[in-house]
Amino acid sequence: MPKRFVAIWFRHLSTDWFKRKQPELKEVPFVLAAPERGRMVVKAVSQNAHERGIYPEMVVADCRAIYPTLKVIDEIPGKAEQLLTALAEWCLRYTPVAAIDLPDGVLLDVSGCPHLWGGEQAYLKDIFTKLEAYGYDVRIAIADTIGAAWALSRYGNKASIVKSGQQLGAILQLTPSALRIDASIADRLSKLGLYTIQSFIKMPRSALRRRFGQSLLMRLDQALGQEMEILEPVKPIQPYQERLPCLEPIRTATGIEIALKQLLEKLCQRLAKEELGLRTCIFKCYRMDGNIQQIGIGTNRASRNVEHLFKLFEIKIATLEPDLGFEVFILEAPKVETISTAQDALWNSEGNHDQVAIAELLDKLAGKVSMDAIHRYLPAEHYWPERSITTAISLEEKPTTNWRTDLPRPIQLLPNPELIEVTVQLPDYPPMLFKYKGKLHHVKKADGPERIEQEWWIAQDLYRDYYCIEDETGARYWLFRLGHYANGEPKWFIHGFFA
Amino acid sequence: MVKADIINKLQREVFSMQGFKKPLQSEQIFTGLSSIEKSFPNRIFPTGVVHEFISHAQESSAATNGFISGLTGCLMQKGGVCIWIGTQRTLFPPTLKVFGIDPDRVIFIDLTRPKDALWAIEEALKCNALTAVVGEIREMTFTESRRLQLAVEESKVTGFIHRFQPRNKNTVACVTRWQIEPIASVLEDSMPGVGSPRWNVQLLKVRNGKTGTWQIEWLENGFRDITMQVFDLSKVQQLKTGSYA
Repeated sequence: MPKRFVAIWFRHLSTDWFKRKQPELKEVPFVLAAPERGRMVVKAVSQNAHERGIYPEMVVADCRAIYPTLKVIDEIPGKAEQLLTALAEWCLRYTPVAAIDLPDGVLLDVSGCPHLWGGEQAYLKDIFTKLEAYGYDVRIAIADTIGAAWALSRYGNKASIVKSGQQLGAILQLTPSALRIDASIADRLSKLGLYTIQSFIKMPRSALRRRFGQSLLMRLDQALGQEMEILEPVKPIQPYQERLPCLEPIRTATGIEIALKQLLEKLCQRLAKEELGLRTCIFKCYRMDGNIQQIGIGTNRASRNVEHLFKLFEIKIATLEPDLGFEVFILEAPKVETISTAQDALWNSEGNHDQVAIAELLDKLAGKVSMDAIHRYLPAEHYWPERSITTAISLEEKPTTNWRTDLPRPIQLLPNPELIEVTVQLPDYPPMLFKYKGKLHHVKKADGPERIEQEWWIAQDLYRDYYCIEDETGARYWLFRLGHYANGEPKWFIHGFFA
Repeated sequence: MVKADIINKLQREVFSMQGFKKPLQSEQIFTGLSSIEKSFPNRIFPTGVVHEFISHAQESSAATNGFISGLTGCLMQKGGVCIWIGTQRTLFPPTLKVFGIDPDRVIFIDLTRPKDALWAIEEALKCNALTAVVGEIREMTFTESRRLQLAVEESKVTGFIHRFQPRNKNTVACVTRWQIEPIASVLEDSMPGVGSPRWNVQLLKVRNGKTGTWQIEWLENGFRDITMQVFDLSKVQQLKTGSYA
């Protein structure tokens, strides 16, 4: 069977994508620019900016001279490749072999596929209209070789079809650049007056090789089909999903448990093979009457322990309503992470404290209540008490600074300081008496003040003068005065209790 | 064999059946509370059991948390992880460092419903990878406390249940019941200022042991019994003021 290839050229790939995401950009001429050697250089141009004479690789300042209200958006590095990969994966509906062709194309090996769409004409039309409907400005060509399809997509009509074996005739009238050669070779050819391929194709090969190098000949042969060219197809990641169809509808909890266990075992086997563990997992049950029910779990650290995952699900199985019975079960793991076999010790514990057991306990708690209920704290370099701790993101995270013990801090800190009434000697003495929740406390001993300034780069507020206070019963408090006496009577607050 | 020896031997057997297994020398923990430890069976601070603490005022709740942190710090000397479960937590983690606990080795579970908190405490006590579990709840029935006790008998985790302002002091299946109140601190050479934390520690109930009251101070990184000192001090002061004269 003769090989057939399709080349798709996205003329304004990244700008079309921006237009899709932000429809208000449709009418505005805009460019994507990135800094290069101290100036902003245009990397991609939208169609309407292109019509105004703006081209890639121009300096943004020059473009603004041409068109003052030009909109300039920062380029996202690596976006084009990401987009092309997604588009190539999308193209897998047309053929099993699709490859990306940087910087702005997709190549498809469509041998034996077009007849399923009723011929090449209809096939190309389908691809073209679908991509156009998404908002992409594309050119498309089909030929026996990658080279010819590429040439025709760039330099041919909107959708060109090169009949089998006709690639020579199709490319004769095109410029040498259509052969995917270096710009320097193309320049030299045009300098010599060789503006079309047909003007040099009949020349002796040895002369061409001597003048322009082997690469020109190779590209020519590739376009004509005299040399093989291999595509590197995209391999989409198979979703982590397992299905279990049932012959008879399942109605009992035991049946669901068996199904879940089977699916978990299959999924975990695959995860083990790829050295992964799942963080979230969804168990979907399709009921006879079309109703879909699902239960989900999350784990604190990547896990592929069937028993543990099953336990997490077990609590929730009771919430499923089988009614007439489930006919299909699907288990999905939308979020997976790598499990490194030698993970750092969780905490510098000497005992045989099993980290996995703790993580599994936390999973269980998070499953019943919620993930928000679990906190672990790390020191933060702030004096302001409320900001002196931060929440740890993961169980593995370790403190980057030491915990400070040199300053007195209470064991209990009120979430919000509470206003108290005081009797105090001016100006810097601790209170003699204070009234909190209707109870009068006589101050017997006091330490302080420790002045803590608000961090002006975070918030604007008055400073606090903290005092450690002991009353006549021996109870110890942490009080503070907000601000100074200059602006009238400052307020006093209680903020904590010492042990 | 002398009669006393037989009684002692039998007593030990009874203890081990009740969960007071004498730990190996390497597993023993040093609390510095030797005077209190005398009240316990086998003369050691019981680990792998559930202790109950009761506090009525916010001040004594802070003192109780301090005392619990000190005990937990002793348990975590060799590392390990502690879980702190509560419904209305005001504990300020950095201060735990003063009591010998690395605050990043404590996992806080903040729940809203007391029922969830009890369930979480029970689940945590079942996990033998933990060193200690602290639960701050208000009410606990006998049945619930029995469940906790059964969980620790299996896992050997030490549990501290801090009941703040309970409606009534009902009987529970915990091994001990403590009540901690803050008392005036003293600085050396009668210097002004607030000194190290001092507490009046009351052991209200203890299974197979003797109850008692002590004055304990937390110094640097360990407990110190100051019962005699405080007693002497009060005597001297009384003489000075001449209240008896």
